[in-house]
Amino acid sequence: MISIRGLTKRFGDKAVLDNIDLDIASGERVVIIGPSGTGKSTLLRCLNFLDRPDAGQISIGDLTVDAARARKGEILALRRRTGFVFQNYALFANKTAKENIMEALVTVQRLPREDAAKRALAILSETGLADKADSYPAALSGGQQQRVGIGRAMALDARLMLFDEPTSALDPEWVGEVLDLMRRVAEQKQTMLIVTHEMQFAREIADRVLFMEGGRIVEAGTPAEIFEAPRDARLQRFLSRVGR
Amino acid sequence: MQGLDLEYMLGLVPVILGYVPLTLAMAAAGMAGALVLAVLLAVERVVRVPVLDWLVVLFISFFRGTPLLVQLFLFYYGLPQVVSFLTRIDGVTAAVLGLTLHFAAYMAESIRAAILGVDRSQWEAAQSIGMTQAQLMMRIILPQAARVAAPTLVNYFIDMLNGTSLAFTLGVTEMMGAAQKEAAGSFLYFEAFLVVAVIYWIMVETLSQAQKWLETYLNKAFVR
Repeated sequence: MISIRGLTKRFGDKAVLDNIDLDIASGERVVIIGPSGTGKSTLLRCLNFLDRPDAGQISIGDLTVDAARARKGEILALRRRTGFVFQNYALFANKTAKENIMEALVTVQRLPREDAAKRALAILSETGLADKADSYPAALSGGQQQRVGIGRAMALDARLMLFDEPTSALDPEWVGEVLDLMRRVAEQKQTMLIVTHEMQFAREIADRVLFMEGGRIVEAGTPAEIFEAPRDARLQRFLSRVGR
Repeated sequence: MQGLDLEYMLGLVPVILGYVPLTLAMAAAGMAGALVLAVLLAVERVVRVPVLDWLVVLFISFFRGTPLLVQLFLFYYGLPQVVSFLTRIDGVTAAVLGLTLHFAAYMAESIRAAILGVDRSQWEAAQSIGMTQAQLMMRIILPQAARVAAPTLVNYFIDMLNGTSLAFTLGVTEMMGAAQKEAAGSFLYFEAFLVVAVIYWIMVETLSQAQKWLETYLNKAFVR
């Protein structure tokens, strides 16, 4: 169970996140949609303290972090319970595909190297990249890099996986394989919070869809409610622009 | 102008070569010390610890801002007059210490630039999996910065290797000192110093070959 209360982030005097409340049930798949610059990515980044929120509380399981006075140890603990998938993949450039996945296992979870390697290879097989284990990111396609990126986040066994526009930087030919892998992750009852512009995918995978604008969650509902019967005028306008 | 006394030069080669281990040892010790210190200084400059940052800036400013020879004289001849326990410091130690501090200041700046050159996404990715600041630096950022900094660092190493000849001015009999002594007896200064020059040149050329190998190694992750 994940619970977010009053999460607020300001850049200067502009509130990019304005007092966000959100509960996510274990195993739930929540997709966030909305126009650019409305705080979707910032929400994800604040949940992982890549951007430090100014106020609010984040609870994941039995860990509660108060944003205003979070200490180093709490931030690390929070990060270790949340996997993060970046728009630009952000694989460790000096490490092979396998080493990218092993990294958290070795340094954070302190697994012996052989065990970590075994687990990393198992994850690579799930991502369909077992044959690329020893390839460096520079030698992989965008789609392959993003699949390793998802694998790296999977290795954390996180309570919550955050996907920050995971297909936005990809050439169209690679989008399908990344979405397929996300479907497989979803099948494992992984709790997921996804920011995406892939509306068809959102409709198909989401238990709940949130529409954000101006740093607030303006409307929330099932995919059917959001896509078939949008109430808020801003959501209606957004959907007509993106052509659903 | 007379011809070169080749026979004398050939005879001198093994004599001077006998001092190559000392030169290499001073350069290696100086480089090892300078590398460790430079990394610490560079990381501090990036992380910026209050107060300490001010001291590091002062350190770098002084050791870049004054000539190596002046620093060596200051340590070896000057400091023992004011700090008594330094009177027992020998020339080799003083030279290595001076080279270490001097080159650490230069190398710190190029390592700092290399650290800042590592893409921001690499920091965020390391943070996102819950790495501590130290793990992030050691395992992700510094290895990538090393690749960028390597050519300039090898350059400083070459400079340091040649710089060990200044130990001669602290009374150390190294390659230069040995040549000076030999030449004082034979009066064949040109021949003696030419032998020294060629031996330095060959050592540096060997290093340059090693540099190519090092750069290929550090680049292996970045070949498409």
